[in-house]
Amino acid sequence: MNGALLEVAAISVTFDGFKAINRLSFSIGPAELRAIIGPNGAGKTTFMDIVTGKTKPDEGQVLWGEVSRNLIGMNEARIARAGIGRKFQRPTVFEDQTVFANLLMALKNTRAPLAVLFYTPKRRDVARVEDLAGEIGLAEQIRRKAGELSHGQKQWLEIGMLLAQDPKLLLVDEPAAGMTLGEREHTADLLREAAKTRAVVVVEHDMEFVRRLDCKVTVFHEGSVLAEGSLDHVTRNQDVIDVYLGR
Amino acid sequence: MRTLFRTTPSLPVFLAVLVVFTLGVTVLSEAYGIGALSTSFIKTLGKTACLALVAIAMDLVWGYTGILSLGHFAFFGLGGYMIGMWLMYARTELIVLDSLAAAPLPPTPGEISDAIAGQIFGVVGAADLPMVWMFAHSFWAQMALVVLVPGLLALVFGWLAFRSRVTGVYLSILTQAMTLALSLYLFQNDSGLRGNNGLSGLQNLPGADAIPQATVSIWFFWASALALLLTYVVAAFVVSGTFGSVIRGIRDDEARVRFLGYPVEGFKLFVFVLTAVIAALGGALYYPQAGIINPAEIAPIASIYLAVWVAIGGRGRLYGAVIGACVVSLLSTWFTGGQAPDLPLGFYTVKWVDWWQVGLGFSFVLVTLFAPKGLGGLVDLVSHRLSPNRHGAALGPDTGALREKEAEQ
Ligand SMILES: Nc1ncnc2c1ncn2[C@@H]1O[C@H](COP(=O)(O)OP(=O)(O)O)[C@@H](O)[C@H]1O
Ligand SMILES: [Mg+2]
Repeated sequence: MNGALLEVAAISVTFDGFKAINRLSFSIGPAELRAIIGPNGAGKTTFMDIVTGKTKPDEGQVLWGEVSRNLIGMNEARIARAGIGRKFQRPTVFEDQTVFANLLMALKNTRAPLAVLFYTPKRRDVARVEDLAGEIGLAEQIRRKAGELSHGQKQWLEIGMLLAQDPKLLLVDEPAAGMTLGEREHTADLLREAAKTRAVVVVEHDMEFVRRLDCKVTVFHEGSVLAEGSLDHVTRNQDVIDVYLGR
Repeated sequence: MRTLFRTTPSLPVFLAVLVVFTLGVTVLSEAYGIGALSTSFIKTLGKTACLALVAIAMDLVWGYTGILSLGHFAFFGLGGYMIGMWLMYARTELIVLDSLAAAPLPPTPGEISDAIAGQIFGVVGAADLPMVWMFAHSFWAQMALVVLVPGLLALVFGWLAFRSRVTGVYLSILTQAMTLALSLYLFQNDSGLRGNNGLSGLQNLPGADAIPQATVSIWFFWASALALLLTYVVAAFVVSGTFGSVIRGIRDDEARVRFLGYPVEGFKLFVFVLTAVIAALGGALYYPQAGIINPAEIAPIASIYLAVWVAIGGRGRLYGAVIGACVVSLLSTWFTGGQAPDLPLGFYTVKWVDWWQVGLGFSFVLVTLFAPKGLGGLVDLVSHRLSPNRHGAALGPDTGALREKEAEQ
């Protein structure tokens, strides 16, 4: 299918009669950076829930990879193993464990219980974790508990865990929320860097941040795509101005 | 083993304490020492070691993986039943052979088997050996059943429950229902396990009548201490390393672990079955020391006690489980045994036999509210390990997630 990595075709989902996603279609290529913007409640998080298997759509298809495998019906863990990584809106790292343990757990490796039980980290695994910690700016904190990190550092740790998973597609939900200006710049750089070798979808509210990402933008509204194109293109779109930017 | 010592600093300490304690008890015992400790006290110590062992299993499944199973004592009891069947059968067989030897004609196998069945099942008015006693003549077969029966029960139950993503309090209720169903079943006379009489005389090892109980008791004490040590090592191995990271991750935020690609249900099932088997082995060592097992042992409340021990000892740390089980069960023996002096309040005299349960319940509430780290938290005071100075939100969104306060640095 024209070389798309992920092809979401006309999905809909209804919560208690409320149509959160309405015949939404979306597609992204193998090494592409894409920003999704849209007002609160537009269905951005629900869209990620569907792609990652957390929510089952009422209709439509989610096709993945060269062979266009349908992801609907697969459980979260299998979808993750197929190569889709996800960062949540709220930073969710394992606070009781060290930065090192968090990254090591995420590292692309065996996932079966018995194999994990007898797994001991190879030297190159440790090296990879240390590299990642450096990349996300947490080399100093590697032995500290994730719970002791600042909000921004937790967000980075979570991005680091995503990178450790080495997914083909990264879904990132509002990574810059609650970050200082400097932290935002670092985050945007991380994501742009990541998108050189894989597909990255970033949901974000902050226009400055989206501008910094410098990529194609998709605007969601009431569960479907309202506009798509460059940031300048969509911000000139009258519909977009009405529902989103105008307020 | 070297890495285990590094990742589990409590292991060498625990090992040293256990070895010294075992040697001390041996020296004070009647059979191999000066006889300062009574045989029944040595049995109490051996039984306590088994309880500490099952508490470690409970800590693995609850404290580390966040599954509040209120059914692990059922596995403990099943282990006891499985070994009890062999003990009872083999000893009865010897007695029957002895008495039939006096008869003029040598007994046929059928006569022997009928006589054994009559001896064992006379109390419930049955004369045939039920199907479940099929392997009771063989020590090794029954030993295999000690592992297989509770292991399979845990596998089937866990598979059904985890697959449908039953978690939290619903899972706890399900495990209680399982325990209740099992004990009610065993209470029936036609369950094939002697109904409410249970299995008795388990302290008498077949063919070892000449060996005094003083000696047998110290053997069992050694075996229990060794089993406790091995359990500690296995548990330390399980919770250190990436497997430990994953199960603690499941406890704190199981959805997040799924998105990392780990099959959460598989991990839960593994821990559930492993701990069920550990509990069963503990039961198989406990009941020969207790001498009797009956369905009341499997009552739902027993499994709740297990959770109380781990909570009081401090969940999420292995030595906490051991401390909780030892302290609470020894105190319980002391109070309920009538040894504790009554507390005269003037207008009312507190008799501990009656009030101990209330006191235990009260301390459980206090620990849960004010000292979530339990007695194990005292170790932190000694080793100066201060918690991160943050405020007490849960470490994850799931119920059963450790609270921040509990996290060690
Ligand atoms: N599990 C759910 N149950 C009921 N309603 C939901 C659920 N998840 C999302 N919604 C609703 O669907 C709409 C889209 O939500 P969401 O995808 O979180 O929006 P966004 O992330 O774009 O702000 C919202 O109106 C929200 O209230
Ligand atoms: Mg959202």
